[in-house]
Amino acid sequence: MTLLSFINYWAVIILMMTGYYCMIVRGNMIKKVIGLGIFQTSVFILFISAGKVIGGATPVLREGVERYSNPLPHVLILTAIVVGIATTAVALALTVRIREAYGSIDDDAIDAAEEDDRV
Amino acid sequence: MSSITELMPFVVLIPLIAGPVCALLPGRGLPWLLATLAMTTAFILSAMVLAAVFDGATLSYAFGNWAPPVGIEYRVDAANAFVALLITGVSAILLPWGKPLVDDEVPERQGSFYALVLIALAGLLGITLTGDVFNVFVFLEISSLATYGLIAHGRDRRALIAAFRYLIMGTVGATFLLIGIAVLYILTGSLNMVDIAERLPTAEGARALQVGLGFIVVGLAIKLALFPLHHWLPNAYTYAPSLISALIAATATKVALYVMLRFIFDVFGAAYSFAALPLAAALMALAIGSMFAGSWLAIMQSNLKRMLAYSSVAQVGYMVLGVSLTTLAGLSAAFLHLFNHGLMKAALFASAGLVAYRCGGLGMNDLRGIGRQMPWTLTAFALAGVSLVGLPPTAGFISKWYLLSAAVAADQLWLVGLILITSLMALIYIARVVEIAWMQPRPEGAPAVQEAHWTLLAPVWVLVAANFWFGIDTRLTVGGATRAAQALAGGVWP
Repeated sequence: MTLLSFINYWAVIILMMTGYYCMIVRGNMIKKVIGLGIFQTSVFILFISAGKVIGGATPVLREGVERYSNPLPHVLILTAIVVGIATTAVALALTVRIREAYGSIDDDAIDAAEEDDRV
Repeated sequence: MSSITELMPFVVLIPLIAGPVCALLPGRGLPWLLATLAMTTAFILSAMVLAAVFDGATLSYAFGNWAPPVGIEYRVDAANAFVALLITGVSAILLPWGKPLVDDEVPERQGSFYALVLIALAGLLGITLTGDVFNVFVFLEISSLATYGLIAHGRDRRALIAAFRYLIMGTVGATFLLIGIAVLYILTGSLNMVDIAERLPTAEGARALQVGLGFIVVGLAIKLALFPLHHWLPNAYTYAPSLISALIAATATKVALYVMLRFIFDVFGAAYSFAALPLAAALMALAIGSMFAGSWLAIMQSNLKRMLAYSSVAQVGYMVLGVSLTTLAGLSAAFLHLFNHGLMKAALFASAGLVAYRCGGLGMNDLRGIGRQMPWTLTAFALAGVSLVGLPPTAGFISKWYLLSAAVAADQLWLVGLILITSLMALIYIARVVEIAWMQPRPEGAPAVQEAHWTLLAPVWVLVAANFWFGIDTRLTVGGATRAAQALAGGVWP
């Protein structure tokens, strides 16, 4: 029961670790960006889960409803999603430029090319 | 008093509004002019704000007339006014300096380049002035995203890799901060710093609060480039355009330190933070690691900007060391070094920028014998280096002196030795550059290098003069730092 009642938080932790692992282990820059996206999304779910009030209705003011869920986390996360999209866009734009400059988006190949630059 | 409260948000709003306007301006002159004007105005405003809060007053401005804690509040005391003065002051001096270098390094689409500069600075100022934790996250991302773009403007293709790796690490840091903010919000139901601080005592037993504090400190430590989380910094500073290196070296890590202190002291409360986690011991260990690793790696470098970047990691160590002493004197020393280091690194990166502009490369081989050909630039570098090492009568000496006295007063005599050893290491890497530039002959067949124009030298010398001025007249720096420390930890720490 307790395990199930915290299911949101389990989902958050699993997603967070998946994204984080993907970011650290993958050498491919696109996969790193995907990992980053998953990592950020997990935090959004954490925030939004906090807004649910048990027994609360959708937060639209109307007659006959006493308890509402908290709408503020949704608003905050709307902002955070915009920030996340901007981050992904910048990361992808950089990846395109890196591909143009190096001909690869793989960490190892780029490290080798960086060694050449240094010599 | 009330009029300055209404003017205070414009320190952030002027660069924030000027940024998009800048992106629309054509050519090379207009965007630069607007950026310079905006930052000069912001500088004058933040000087007025600091004057208004110098005696311990607090300015509070509620955005959209929504009273806090519901609305977003800008809350300014001596601590953030001091940091805002550093950011606006350094950028108001560096922007006039950077024009020819930007023309050289970023010849096209300067409108969007200066727009990014203004937005990055507006983000940093927003983090500094806001009293709302979610607002901190948003401004942190605004300034970071603009900074990634600016670093990628570097001419070397490695700038792209540096920007990408900084983006990955920086976003992880910001997301960690967001996790911490989520925990604070879940426990208190508020996002206003003062309001959270009032509500937190009811939640102090919660394990989640400890976790939140940990996430916030680690997330900001990435932004602060505290050892061992500093890997993004050296490449980012090395390959960014000269103006950007100087600007972010003088401002970005300082703002991260300030906001970390604001969270530790004002939101969580010093008494809680230092009891809930072994923060003092952890910060001290990491600070000493930063000081030694940064100085050692700086000695090893063969590129001037890279050397200065590693030196920044070491200097961040001194600031964090001051905090880890858990005394008011230590915290004042941290704030003092935060300000003084901004001045000295701006001067050092600015003179390095001039060398790169005139001589093309910044490898130690390119520097051989250049002192005789660019005497004014290299003298400025050497004098700013004296301040970095911490010899009297410079600003660097004052901050080292206060840090040493704070360590002695806290009965941590062994730290005195470590500070002196790392200062000697700084002497080694600065002296090495001076030796290569002045004592060694110019290589055979190397093209003659001309001294930079006086309009380029003047801002650098203003920064060097400031280093000496604040080494003698310490009323603003020591006074500001002491009051900043009191605003944060007054009454909690002895």
